[in-house]
Amino acid sequence: MDFSFLANNIVELTVTGLALGAIYALVALGYTMVYGVLQLINFAHSEVFMYGTFAVAWVFVFVHGRTPSTQTLGETIGLLLLSLVAAMVVSALIAMLLERVAYRPLLKRKAPRLMALISAIGASFALAELMGLRDRVAGWVGLRDDLDAYVAKARDTYSNPVTIQPQTLFEVGGYGVKDVDVMVILASLFMMLALDQFVRRTRFGRGMRAVAQDPESAALMGVNSTRIIRGTFILGGLMAGAAATLYMVKIGSTRQDAGFILGVKAFTAAVLGGIGNLRGALVGGLLLGVSENYGAALFGTEWKDVVAFVLLILILLVRPSGLLGESLGKARA
Amino acid sequence: MLLEVEGLCVNYGHIEAIRDISFGVEEGQVVSLIGANGAGKTTTLKTISGLRTVRAGRVVFEGKDITTLPPYERVALRLSQSPEGRGVFVGMTVRENLDMGAYVRNDRKSAAYREDLERVFSLFPRLQERERQVAGTLSGGEQQMVAMGRALMARPRLLLLDEPSMGLAPKLIQQIFAIIREINEQGTTVLVVEQNAAQALKLADTAHILETGEIVRSGSGAELAGDDSVKAAYLGGDV
Repeated sequence: MDFSFLANNIVELTVTGLALGAIYALVALGYTMVYGVLQLINFAHSEVFMYGTFAVAWVFVFVHGRTPSTQTLGETIGLLLLSLVAAMVVSALIAMLLERVAYRPLLKRKAPRLMALISAIGASFALAELMGLRDRVAGWVGLRDDLDAYVAKARDTYSNPVTIQPQTLFEVGGYGVKDVDVMVILASLFMMLALDQFVRRTRFGRGMRAVAQDPESAALMGVNSTRIIRGTFILGGLMAGAAATLYMVKIGSTRQDAGFILGVKAFTAAVLGGIGNLRGALVGGLLLGVSENYGAALFGTEWKDVVAFVLLILILLVRPSGLLGESLGKARA
Repeated sequence: MLLEVEGLCVNYGHIEAIRDISFGVEEGQVVSLIGANGAGKTTTLKTISGLRTVRAGRVVFEGKDITTLPPYERVALRLSQSPEGRGVFVGMTVRENLDMGAYVRNDRKSAAYREDLERVFSLFPRLQERERQVAGTLSGGEQQMVAMGRALMARPRLLLLDEPSMGLAPKLIQQIFAIIREINEQGTTVLVVEQNAAQALKLADTAHILETGEIVRSGSGAELAGDDSVKAAYLGGDV
């Protein structure tokens, strides 16, 4: 164990851990909200995120072509906003599709929760493989050559043509905090705050909390739970799209299986904070991101995931319902 | 006739919960369904509010066949229910619960809304005192008030009450029934399901007795309350 390394780099490890954790948290919201209204884990949510990362990369390629290039600050901001919108739209559409195809027919027929879980895992594989075979799909519709920049080497890592070079924003304890990390953290916090207010203040949000607490009573109040469930998937998709944009800014590349590990981590974050609880997702995500970094510093990078999951088990042993541990419905002002 | 129920049959799997239930509710009346646990009272009510699907029969509200309408659309027709076991949103405040009752109305800022809220608070002054309190921390009686007040916020033409006296102390039961009478006197038609037959018959213009999923007796509340066999079976010989 290397305590001096941890101590010497504590600021860097904390800041980058928070940035990564903020991305986990945004994705975790999708798991936690769907769990809140359906008591069901949407295991295909990782693919919702993954499609978002490709939307970002494709926007970059569309604007810049495949060859690496540089750009001004103004162009970077414009590009980021454009890719944010694209990723949010794509992720929301995938989430909507999932709800329509993999969930609603099962719920309508009152299938056991286990069936929906299996159908989610199936949908997850199908969506991931579809992305990994996008060159073939493009070939079927005769667009393989036209779309070459987007679909070539479909199973390889796909990178942004422009990498955003992190600049030092300010120094803390001898470490220059990077603008990218600060942006990722602030943007995530902003998105979560917006979502929190949306759930708390709007009519849709009230309907969502009502369905989460008591679906039968909610129906008696005139809440159309089908509409609420669809909206919840869309909200989760929007958050995952935002997470995908931030991920592509920080990491810069993706692949058809990029959703898997990130999805597991985000799910872990949701459970850690208390599944069904919006603020729990934030706490869980940040805690997971930071402790992963600390664990990597102490035991070596290859131990990073071990540390994260041991932490999960330890916390659940003490607090089985997670750190904040109350349901979406109960989360209130 | 405000509500007509015709030949209602509902199954849970292969088990018949109710069989060929027919009755009507006149505008302005209080109608009671009484009977033992498992007689099918709650199922009947849930079928009227749309939470259960029928195997046969019809539910007609204000001349409109609503048998296949989902529950959330029935509320908009001003048919609202206070469910069995109260079903309050335990994580919301009293006020938020009442707001949920008005979910279909979409007029939260209007004077009419304010008026209805005042009406609920005048019926249940306790709720005004507890307006900002989380419903899960209220007593059973207070939760019952929340459930009833919430149902009233939908401005129902027909109010369905499922076991309003369940689990309450005798004094509180009397108070709740007095409030039901007051609600009715203010012009809301009430259909109430009760195990507390004595109170329910005292209140009812018309009452029906359910046994194992069927209506076995019907009559005015006073008539049934005075009947010897009803007394023996449901009133413990002591009204």
